[in-house]
Amino acid sequence: MSDTDDGADTLVVGGGLVGAALAWGLARLGERVTVIDEGDVALRASRGNFGLVWVQSKGDGMSEYARWTRQSADLWTDFADELEAASGVSPEYQKPGGLHFLLSEAALEAKRAQINRMHNVNGALGYGVELLDRKALDGIFPGLGPDVIAGSYSPHDGHASPLKLLRALHAGLAARGGRYVSDAKAQAVERDGSGFVVRTAKGSFRGGKVVLAAGHGNKWLGPSLGLNVPLIPEKGQILVTERIRPLLPMPTHVLRQTTEGTVMIGDSHEDTGYSTDSETPVLTRIARDAVRSFPALAGARIVRSWGAVRILSPDGCPIYQESESHPGAFSVNCHSGVTLAGAHALSLAPMLARGKLDSELDVFSSRRFADGSVTRAAH
Amino acid sequence: MVPSRARRIEEVRTISFEFEGLAVQAQEGDSVAAALTAAGIVDLRDSPVSGAPRGIYCMMGACFDCLVEIDGQPNRQACMCEVREGLVVRRQQGRAELEL
Amino acid sequence: MSARSVDLLVIGAGPAGIAAATEAAGLGLSVSVMDEQSRPGGQIYRGIETASPKRLAVLGKDYAAGRSLTESFRSSAAEYLPDTLVWNIGSDRSVDFSRGGRAQQMNPSAILVATGALERPMPIPGWTLPGVTTAGALQILLKSSGIVRDNCVLAGAGPLLWLVATQMIAAGARPAAIVENLPRGRIVAGLRHLPGALRAREYLFKGLAMIARVKAAGVPVYANATGLAIEGSTQAEAITFSSGGRQHRIETDAIALHQGVVPNQQITRLVGAEHRWDAAQACFHPVLDARFRTSADSIYVAGDGAAINGARPAALQGRLAALLIAEDQGRRVGTERIRRLQAGIARDKSVRPMLETIYAPAPEILAPADSTLICRCEEVTAGEIRSVVDLGAPGPNQIKSMLRAGMGPCQGRVCGLAVAQIIADRKGETPEETGYYRIRPPIKPITLAELAAYAPDEDAPRAASGDAAA
Ligand SMILES: Cc1cc2nc3c(=O)[nH]c(=O)nc-3n(C[C@H](O)[C@H](O)[C@H](O)COP(=O)(O)OP(=O)(O)OC[C@H]3O[C@@H](n4cnc5c(N)ncnc54)[C@H](O)[C@@H]3O)c2cc1C
Ligand code: FES
Repeated sequence: MSDTDDGADTLVVGGGLVGAALAWGLARLGERVTVIDEGDVALRASRGNFGLVWVQSKGDGMSEYARWTRQSADLWTDFADELEAASGVSPEYQKPGGLHFLLSEAALEAKRAQINRMHNVNGALGYGVELLDRKALDGIFPGLGPDVIAGSYSPHDGHASPLKLLRALHAGLAARGGRYVSDAKAQAVERDGSGFVVRTAKGSFRGGKVVLAAGHGNKWLGPSLGLNVPLIPEKGQILVTERIRPLLPMPTHVLRQTTEGTVMIGDSHEDTGYSTDSETPVLTRIARDAVRSFPALAGARIVRSWGAVRILSPDGCPIYQESESHPGAFSVNCHSGVTLAGAHALSLAPMLARGKLDSELDVFSSRRFADGSVTRAAH
Repeated sequence: MVPSRARRIEEVRTISFEFEGLAVQAQEGDSVAAALTAAGIVDLRDSPVSGAPRGIYCMMGACFDCLVEIDGQPNRQACMCEVREGLVVRRQQGRAELEL
Repeated sequence: MSARSVDLLVIGAGPAGIAAATEAAGLGLSVSVMDEQSRPGGQIYRGIETASPKRLAVLGKDYAAGRSLTESFRSSAAEYLPDTLVWNIGSDRSVDFSRGGRAQQMNPSAILVATGALERPMPIPGWTLPGVTTAGALQILLKSSGIVRDNCVLAGAGPLLWLVATQMIAAGARPAAIVENLPRGRIVAGLRHLPGALRAREYLFKGLAMIARVKAAGVPVYANATGLAIEGSTQAEAITFSSGGRQHRIETDAIALHQGVVPNQQITRLVGAEHRWDAAQACFHPVLDARFRTSADSIYVAGDGAAINGARPAALQGRLAALLIAEDQGRRVGTERIRRLQAGIARDKSVRPMLETIYAPAPEILAPADSTLICRCEEVTAGEIRSVVDLGAPGPNQIKSMLRAGMGPCQGRVCGLAVAQIIADRKGETPEETGYYRIRPPIKPITLAELAAYAPDEDAPRAASGDAAA
C-alpha cells in the first residue's frame, strides 16, 4: 500500500454501483484495477436505490440517452450471467416488463404525448412502450386499486437486486485480482509523472489512468483535474415491507417485489440537500399512494424506511467525459446506476481500457452545460 | 431424554383459544406465547428464509422469532399479544400471505 | 390533527422510567410515559402488579420491592400510556407512536429514554432451534404467567443465570444442569476489584448465596465449559460441550442461554446520538454528560439503556435525571437531594468493575465458528460476514446491504453487537472504529395501512410524487 504501491493500470475513485461496474469491466479485460472508497457511513446511493432496470421514459429530450439506456437493458441478461459466473453471486436480474401506473386523465394524456415524442428514439428497434387501459391492466396485473385508470407497459423494463449486484461486482473484481480499498476517502487527485496519484488517509495510490466515479464526490474532486461536474442532490425516500408471498407480477415505477419477498415502496423527489433522514410526512404520503395503487398491501408490515440522495446532472442525463487538461482522467456520473450497469461494465469500461471515449459519448460531456442553457429537466 | 414438561405453579381464571385447530387452555393475562409454552407447544413457525422451525426466544418483543398468525393477521409477535377468549392462532408458515 | 406538547416524555416504564416520571410529576412537570407493555415494571418487575403471593415468594424480595415503585407511579400525576409503541423520533423531537393500531404524534420539550437492556446475543450452533430461549425468557414466563419448565439446562454466564436457577428451584422446577462458560481465571481477575466492590457488599453476599443455593439443591454445575453446541433437527435435543477435560452431552429439549445484558440502543441510535464502545462491558453506550444528556438536543437516557447497572441504580438514576431535567427547564431543585442520589448511585456502581471483569463475555461467544448463524432473521452466518469483510466491506451497514444481516423484522436488535464484533476482529480494529447499524424508522414494524392513515402534519411541505426509476 501507500507510497511503495507499484501502481495500477486504472484507479477508480468510488466503489458504488458505477465505480464497481467500471472496475469489474476493466478487470475482466485484464487491467490491474484499484478501487478507492469511503468507509461504512457515506452518501451511497448504491445502497439506497430502488433496483429498477428501467427503460421507459428515459431520455425524453435526449435521444442518445434513450438509446444508451436501451442498449444497457439489452446487455443486462448477458451481463448478469457473466457476472454470476465470475463472482458466484447472482444479481437476480428479471425482465418481466415494467408498468407505470397512471392515476388521472392528465397523467394519461401526458404519457400519451411522451410516447408520441419518443416513438422514434430507437430507430428500427422501436421505443416499445404501449398504453394499456384498465381492462388490459387487470389481465397482467391483478389487484390494482380503483384509481389506477391506465398504465404504460414496456417489455424492456425489469429489475435486479442492487445490493446483490454491488456484492457480485465486488466479488467479481476480487476474483480478477482487483483491489478494493475501503475507509480511504480520496482527499486529492493529482497528476503524477505520466499517471495519477490519489491521496487518502490510508496512503497514496498510483495508476496510469484515473476514473472519478465518486457520485456527488466528483463535484469536489473534478476541478483539480480540469473536470467540471455540475451535480444536484435530490433525496428519495423508500419503504420496505416484511417478506410476503409473491404478489406483484412485475416491477412498477413505485412498487417492486424482491426475490426475498419484501416489497419496496417508493419514492419521493425532495430538494433537501445531502440529508438522508427519513421524514414522517413523506413516508405517510408514500404509504397512501401505495395503498391507493395496490390495496392488498395495506396489511403488510413496514420493516424499515430510508432516504438516499440521487446524483442528478442539471438535465438528469449522465455525464461521461475525459479531461482536456489532464488526458487519462475521466469522470462518470449517472442517476441510474443499476439500469446502466450493463453498459458501464460491457461498453464504457472497454473504452476506458483503450484510454479514449468513443465519439458517440461526446454528447454526454458536461460541456453541454457550459453556456447555461440546459436547465433542470425531467429524467 | 426426560422431556421438559412446562407447567404452571398456580391457577387463575382459565380462558380458551385455538392453535392450529386445537383448543388450548390459557390463563388470563398470558401472552399467546406463554399460553402455547404452557401447553407444550414450542414450534411456532417456519423461517421465511430456509423453512427451519422456530419458537420463542426472548419473550420480550426483541427477536421476532415467535411470529404467528392471529385472527388472520400474519407475523404477529406471540409474546407481545395477550390471549383473549376465542382467538384463532396458526403457525406462521414462511412468508406472510396477503389476500388480493 | 394537532400533536400534544408535554414537558417530558418518558419512553419505557421500567424502574428508571417510572421513578423518573413519578419524580418529575412531583416537581410539577407535565409528564407522559409510553411503554409497549400493558403494565408498568419493565423487564425486571414484569407482572409485579398481578403476581400472586406465591409468585412473589418464589421470585424473592428484590422483585417484591418493585411494588412500591409501581404504586407511587400509579398515584402520581404522570400520564401513563401502556400498549404504546414509539416508532420514530424526528430531528425536531416530534415523536411518532402507535396505540391501538393508530399512529399519533406528540411534541415533548424533553425525552427521557428508559428503554433498558437486551440480552447479549449468544450465537452458538443450534441456538435457533425451538426449545432454546434466553434465560430472561424463562424468567418472564415465571414472572408474568407463573410458568416453569422442568429439566431445563441453563447455559452461559452472568448473575442472571444464577438468579433464574434459584427462582426455578424455589418454584419447584430444579434445572437439569448449569453449563457455565466462564473462562478459567476470571474469578481471580475479578478479585482485584474486591476492595471497591465491598462498598456494596450486599450484592456480593446475594450472589454467593445464590450459587450456594443452586449447589445445595443438587444441580450439577459444569464449570469453564467450552465448545457449547445444541443438537436437534426440528427442536433442541441435546447440548454438548467440554468441561473438566471431558466431552459432555446432556439430552434436553429446553435450553436457556445467557451471556449478560447490554443497553438497548434502538432509540438512541435512531436519534443519531453519539455512542462509544465500552471495552469492559463489550458493548456500546450512548455518550452522556453528567446530567444524563445525549448529544441529541434535550434527549436524555437513564437506567440500563445508558449502561448496565441493575434495577436499584436504574431507579435512582431515573429520579436524578428527572431532577436535572426539571432544572434544565428552569425549575429550582434541592441540591442536597441531588447529592444524595448521586452518592447512592455511586455506591451501587462500586460492585460493577468486579462483575464486569468476571462476567465479560466468553471469547468463543465473541468469535463464533464460520458455520454459526449470527443474524437469526435473515440466517446469515459468521463465515459469510467474514468473507464479505475480506472483499473490503468496511462495516455493519455495508454488510447489511450485501448480506441482509440486520434487515429482518428484529432490525438488528439481536445480531447487531455480534456483527460489529466479528467485523472488527476481522479488520483488526475496535468495534468503536467499526461502528453500528444505522437505525431507521419504524423501529418496530407497523402496517402500511396504519402509516397511510397517519396525517401527523397536514401543513408539512409535500414532496412531489414521481418515478422511482433508478
Ligand atoms: C431478560 C432480562 C432479564 C433480567 N433479569 C434481571 C434480574 O432478574 N435481576 C436484575 O437485577 N436485573 C435483571 N435484568 C436487568 C434489569 O432488567 C435492569 O437492570 C432494569 O430493568 C433496568 O431498568 P430500566 O428501567 O432501565 O429498563 P427496563 O426495565 O428494561 O424498562 C424498559 C421499558 O421500555 C419499553 N420500551 C422499549 N422500547 C420501547 C418503544 N420503542 N416504545 C415503547 N416502549 C418501549 C419496554 O417495554 C420496557 O418496559 C434483566 C434484563 C433482561 C433484559
Ligand atoms: S420471543 Fe422474541 S419477540 Fe417474541
